[in-house]
Amino acid sequence: MAFDDQVKRRFNVVGTRVTRPDGIDKVTGKAAYGADISAPGMLHGRILRSPHAHARIVSIDTSEAEALAGVKAVVTGADLAMPEDADFADVAINCLARDKALYDGHAVAAVAATSKAIAKQAIRLIKVEYEVLPHVTDVDAAMKPDAPVVQEGRALENVPAGKSQNVTTYCKFGHGDLDAGFAKADKIIERSFKTAATHQGYIEPQACMASLGNDGRGEVWCCTQGQYMVRANCAAVLGVEESQLRITASEIGGGFGGKTSTFIEPVALALSRKSGKPVKIVMTRDEVLKATGPTISSSMDIKIGMTKDGRITAARGELRYSGGAYPNFTVEMGAQAAFAAYDLEAVETIGWNAMTNRPKEIPYRAPGAPTAIYAVESVVDELCQELGLDPLDVRLMNAARKGTLSSYGPTFNEIGLVATLEAAKAHPHYTAPLGPNQGRGLSCGFWFNFGGNTCVSLNINDDGTVGVVEGNPDIGGSRASISMMAAEELGVPYDKVRTVIADTSSLGFNDITDGSRVTFAVGLATIEAARAAIKEMCRRVAKIWDIDEDAVIWEDGAAKPAGPNAGTHPPMTLAEIAAIAGNTGGPIAGHHEVNADGAGVSFGVHLCDTEVDPETGAVKILRYTVFQDAGKAVHPDYVEGQMQGGAVQGIGWALNEEYIYGEDGRLQNPAFLDYRIPVASDLPPIETVILEIPNPGHPYGVRGVGETPIVPPLAAIANAVSRAANVRLTELPMSPPRVLKAITG
Amino acid sequence: MKTIPVATTINGDETEFLCHTDESLLDVLRDRLGLTGAKEGCGTGDCGACSVMMNGRLVCSCLVLGVETEGAEIETIEGMAKGDTLHPLQRVFLEEAALQCGICTPGILVAAKALLEKNPDPTDTEVRYWLAGNLCRCTGYDKIIKAVQKAAAEMRAA
Repeated sequence: MAFDDQVKRRFNVVGTRVTRPDGIDKVTGKAAYGADISAPGMLHGRILRSPHAHARIVSIDTSEAEALAGVKAVVTGADLAMPEDADFADVAINCLARDKALYDGHAVAAVAATSKAIAKQAIRLIKVEYEVLPHVTDVDAAMKPDAPVVQEGRALENVPAGKSQNVTTYCKFGHGDLDAGFAKADKIIERSFKTAATHQGYIEPQACMASLGNDGRGEVWCCTQGQYMVRANCAAVLGVEESQLRITASEIGGGFGGKTSTFIEPVALALSRKSGKPVKIVMTRDEVLKATGPTISSSMDIKIGMTKDGRITAARGELRYSGGAYPNFTVEMGAQAAFAAYDLEAVETIGWNAMTNRPKEIPYRAPGAPTAIYAVESVVDELCQELGLDPLDVRLMNAARKGTLSSYGPTFNEIGLVATLEAAKAHPHYTAPLGPNQGRGLSCGFWFNFGGNTCVSLNINDDGTVGVVEGNPDIGGSRASISMMAAEELGVPYDKVRTVIADTSSLGFNDITDGSRVTFAVGLATIEAARAAIKEMCRRVAKIWDIDEDAVIWEDGAAKPAGPNAGTHPPMTLAEIAAIAGNTGGPIAGHHEVNADGAGVSFGVHLCDTEVDPETGAVKILRYTVFQDAGKAVHPDYVEGQMQGGAVQGIGWALNEEYIYGEDGRLQNPAFLDYRIPVASDLPPIETVILEIPNPGHPYGVRGVGETPIVPPLAAIANAVSRAANVRLTELPMSPPRVLKAITG
Repeated sequence: MKTIPVATTINGDETEFLCHTDESLLDVLRDRLGLTGAKEGCGTGDCGACSVMMNGRLVCSCLVLGVETEGAEIETIEGMAKGDTLHPLQRVFLEEAALQCGICTPGILVAAKALLEKNPDPTDTEVRYWLAGNLCRCTGYDKIIKAVQKAAAEMRAA
């Protein structure tokens, strides 16, 4: 769907800062999240988890737990179906292990009981006999040919022979003659980097309430980024038909990609089927950190050549990611994103994924990109330092622009990178003075963005109000944006529109809330649905006026005669048309179904000042500014919110957050006390500058904005810290001991 | 295990409940009294999503036992608005878009109200340190700090 041919379009609603429709419920405690509902006769579910990083499950004896008063059902992996499809099978064995426990925290069995306390007591009565196996949690160790094998026979066909069986994915992107490119360079830097796995850190643990009868009919209430995804996974894992499962998405307390899979819903359904009662499962924080998706951990080598005036002549990257105990393709996105900000003659990126005894990786905001771009932008910064060049000028000189053959294949259309870099250069932050032990860093960031499968129904109500029905959980204010686009297109006030999120039985299939797709794709479908409704309203009015349909136009919320030849009819407003719809052909609605293309890539630039304490290695963020192309900012407050929130998650990744495994393969820090996400006192204000370079693929020019902001902070902070400390940091997180070690050698 | 009767005042209403000796105030509020505005983000006092006032003091309700509240005055997010009139903090949080997913919002509002009752004119740094016990993963805190300061200014002027 193309950008509207309206060069100076005047927006009435889009671009304003209206109040979100779910706001009152959220400031008064009324909003119902995953754990907030109960049902008559409800049981409480609880899951028993493996204490071992890697172990064969020899036997499971549930008899004592079943005999405990108040216990109504116990399930193990044997109670779930084993789907033929490999992805569904991975979901099944991750929900409840079969022959092996693959990581510390892997679910092994579950109980449903009449109280939380009895459920807790009951899982302690389940006797699991384990045969402990050798484990591996480090990606480089896992790739060695003699490494303990996490799962056998999972490598894709294109993985070269002779690798450990843990290596499941191999990919390669790029173009040009690398040798010739490096030969032209005046300076070549090659560096290796490592990054720790981090967690999305949503404050709401996964929670669900599920009910399944032995007739195969079921209901699930859960916090998820995609109710249709939950339906597909549950249907496959329970062996029931999708039409018989109705999944309702609750309000969602954060996701950031982490709620794009299922961990507990199939277990709750299995317990419900066995007990005949609704079952509620709420994960603890310990379970969330041990058993839901952290991001990948990585090890990377980057080599870049540059001329003395700053032109990049060749670039090569090799990325080794581990997505935990299952095959994983995040490295492909990392390899594609690594050099996307640059217009390069010669570039190659190679990616590997290796399985380790860690929880299954689940996407985290721009999955794969932050780590790869961290490594690339660190080397670019070091080249600038070595050659005495301005890091912004070098990026401007090498920036990808319209017509650039990207490092991953496609040729870029209209993109906002140059404008974003220029905005950063012009900003007072870039030239503000720095004190001792302080350094300034910058980094570009990139994300592909996504469109995807989308359904929207738009109903014209008989009182002249409008209902929009869409199928994507609202994770950060999207209902406001969708209502705004409907109001804009129809020409009615924002408060006349109410947008609701449908359950899976009330609307056709929608892809999950991911890929920064909702405001783009659901917005696009909403605009099209509104146009369908407008067409119908114009047709009704043409009938009343007894003129051709083409002679009626829609303007400012009313049907009007197209010109003097159409006659002198007074305009009919939406409300007037709606009031008599029963007499002109019945209810009026518009709908649109699409697999949306044209999401339009997104670039951002982050500027960061840090101060390093030479005595302790502690890093303080002094100033932080985010520049990003939003295409068209539908609701600027929530665009800024995405930019600020992503930046702060990146700050946590850069400085504090880390999955720490002991020699025994057990996670050492499964609590917010030790897995430390940024708190308010760690941070300065996060300044934002929104650029609007319209996306040609959306009628209003919208681009997704959610993911790009987490990409640049890792390198922006690493570059600032490296300049402040006068030593190049190559490992994340840059925790005080690690920084101190780098300073003191 | 037997339950114990407890008599408290919650949001100004006399409230009696039965609970086990090992049940947290948070579980009592959510599971026994249907007051689900306080959230459990961690259960270990690290996230502040369960913040409530107990006898005028800001506490993590996951770290208080239900039986400890005998005779206590409890205030939760459900008692913050008066009828259909939002507390200035609640209204300004909406005006300033100081929430995204909203799961931390009840705890942050309760904590911010406690701060402004103690210190009606805090510096940004004081707001940031006071709210350091309340985790928010969506906003980066920027709009939260601005909203607290705007509400504080309004409340001082009122």
